[in-house]
Amino acid sequence: MTTTPRLRALTQHHLFWPVAVLVVLLLINVPFTPDFFSIKMTDGHLYGSLVSIVLFGSPLILVAVGMTLVIATGGIDLSVGAVVAITGALTCSYISDQSDQGALAGVFLAMGIGLVAAVVCGLWNGFLVARMGIQPIIATLIIMVAGRGVAQLITDGQIITINSEPYKLIGGGYWLTLPFSIFVVAAVVAVTVALTRKTALGLLVESVGGNAEASRLVGIRSRRIKIMCYVFCALCAGIAGLMISSNTSAADGNNAGLWIELDAILAVVIGGTSLLGGRFSIGGTVVGALVIQTLTTTIYTIGVPTQTNLVFKAAVVIVVCLLQSPKFRAKVFGNKFGPGKRTKGGDTTSTAPADAAPTTTAAPKMEVS
Amino acid sequence: MLNRRNFLTAAVGVAAATGLAACAKEDDSSSGSTSGGSKAIVLGFSQVGSESGWRSANTDSVKSAAKEAGYTLKFSDAQQKQENQISAIRSYITQGVDVIAFSPVVVTGWDAVLKEAKAKKIPVVLTDRSVETSDESLYVTLVGSDFTDEGRRAGKILEKVIAKAGLKGDVKIAQLEGTTGAAPAIERAKGFKEVMDADHADDWKIVVSQTGDFTRAGGKQVMAAFLQSNPDINVLFAHNDDMGIGAIQAIEAAGKKPGKDILIVTIDGVKDGFIAMSEGKINAIVECNPLLGPQLMEVVQKVKNGETVERWIKTKEGDFMQDQAAAALPTRKY
Repeated sequence: MTTTPRLRALTQHHLFWPVAVLVVLLLINVPFTPDFFSIKMTDGHLYGSLVSIVLFGSPLILVAVGMTLVIATGGIDLSVGAVVAITGALTCSYISDQSDQGALAGVFLAMGIGLVAAVVCGLWNGFLVARMGIQPIIATLIIMVAGRGVAQLITDGQIITINSEPYKLIGGGYWLTLPFSIFVVAAVVAVTVALTRKTALGLLVESVGGNAEASRLVGIRSRRIKIMCYVFCALCAGIAGLMISSNTSAADGNNAGLWIELDAILAVVIGGTSLLGGRFSIGGTVVGALVIQTLTTTIYTIGVPTQTNLVFKAAVVIVVCLLQSPKFRAKVFGNKFGPGKRTKGGDTTSTAPADAAPTTTAAPKMEVS
Repeated sequence: MLNRRNFLTAAVGVAAATGLAACAKEDDSSSGSTSGGSKAIVLGFSQVGSESGWRSANTDSVKSAAKEAGYTLKFSDAQQKQENQISAIRSYITQGVDVIAFSPVVVTGWDAVLKEAKAKKIPVVLTDRSVETSDESLYVTLVGSDFTDEGRRAGKILEKVIAKAGLKGDVKIAQLEGTTGAAPAIERAKGFKEVMDADHADDWKIVVSQTGDFTRAGGKQVMAAFLQSNPDINVLFAHNDDMGIGAIQAIEAAGKKPGKDILIVTIDGVKDGFIAMSEGKINAIVECNPLLGPQLMEVVQKVKNGETVERWIKTKEGDFMQDQAAAALPTRKY
């Protein structure tokens, strides 16, 4: 079989496999839900499976985008789930204390308080990792464990139900017929891409992830970059926390964002960012998060028996990871989808220089030590 | 990569984190110490977690009943993890408490730790949920609800709901299950199915069933997917109120009317559930009473005195239809 250079270029693109998996997962739904792709107007907003996937997937996308930058610096942030819970708990308990829960000023203040708490968590993580030199997995484990307890202290172990129309908008409301959370996610992703690809910031992050000490020696303030990434990650988690609590109009200190850190890490990996740090792909992460959310929705719609949910999920993840592996593709599909020109120095992932912005495609490849 | 200093700081970090984990949820309320100089009964209680309003009410009931009875209560919250619960029970065994009570997070896997308790002659009382063991003597009694019966009652009350709503034709049921493997999820589904198979084998059908993990977010997300794949669902049976409340939001987002287009029966009877029912969004609630603290203390006293107790002490519970919601709402404590 001959492959045209164009097809070859397509399959070599770093987003090809994640997108292919997403498309396959979406198509699997069609036999079970014939009008899976149909989107109709209901009560003045769009309604359909695709809308649901994006709506319920928004928090995961946000958390995963933040996680991407942390992972790019060679770190990891396990505390995001707890940060989600803390933010939701603080915000909802503040709103529930208001006499007028619908007052805009009160809602904004409540959201501000929640996000400040998230940033403080991020600063703490960054401080431990960058200043104290504690392993990221351990440093962030502290808030992962303690944070959920803090959230329960705030909510007194209860589920706090609120009734605030303006707050409902951010995670469960609609604007211009679309879920409002889509706009929030789009804004955060756009800002992140602009900051990391239109400025040197992305390059600096990749450099720190490649070799923090070497970066410091060439004059990059690695510690500051790292702290910034942890703060950004926590902020994203905080916004996700607002969305999750807003979506059900309730703060559930025990369950909000439970295990979201693992889903986020998975989304980052599916998106083609190496856990070793260095290059990253925001676009890949967004696709990765959508793959996970679609998988969850698929499990609900195709009627997988409850007991086999997790096995089914694991099986799909294994397949996705294998498809991502250039060695596996070379073995199974032969040379067609196999690795292209390999870089010489220990580069084990097949991702092309990350993301689409042309300004940085010429960025030097980072060696992973 | 990993130099000595990094490794040491990491080790300290681990120690700090596990220390936090160990002490964060331990909660000694030594209320009995003042009661008349005689040795107060020490009760070790391991709670499942605080996953719902129901659970918090249950916790409060146990704590206040222990205080009233003058017992020393050692309370720990397992945060939905069996390993936490097992280590809590182990620590109670080491501390040599008089009686251990716990709400098992899952049904199986308790034999080893219960044998340790038996070896130390510490009686074990289960609350709320049951366990499966190879040896029946490993626990003294269960104080709690009959989940299978709750499932049956849900089936029976659904008959009334359907008759009242005048629903004709096939009944297409969506079921939101509790946490996979948890006793209430398994037994409520079983009891409901019994009623269905016995009386409605032809006209009722569970078209979709999936776990919503007993949470609102879970209920909402799963129901949203159900409504896409099976738009003709006309009945929802949720294993607890919180999933029902989440599902109501999903039903409303789909442009349907909960309680009318889709009839909803839930179990538990938390306050938010009753509020939703008084708004006409839930059709019936089967109560599962969490206020079993006083009954538990009674049993603990009897067990301590060496009296024989029944194997299963059932809690007192009722069923509520929509027209009773407004009247019952002010009396709901949780």
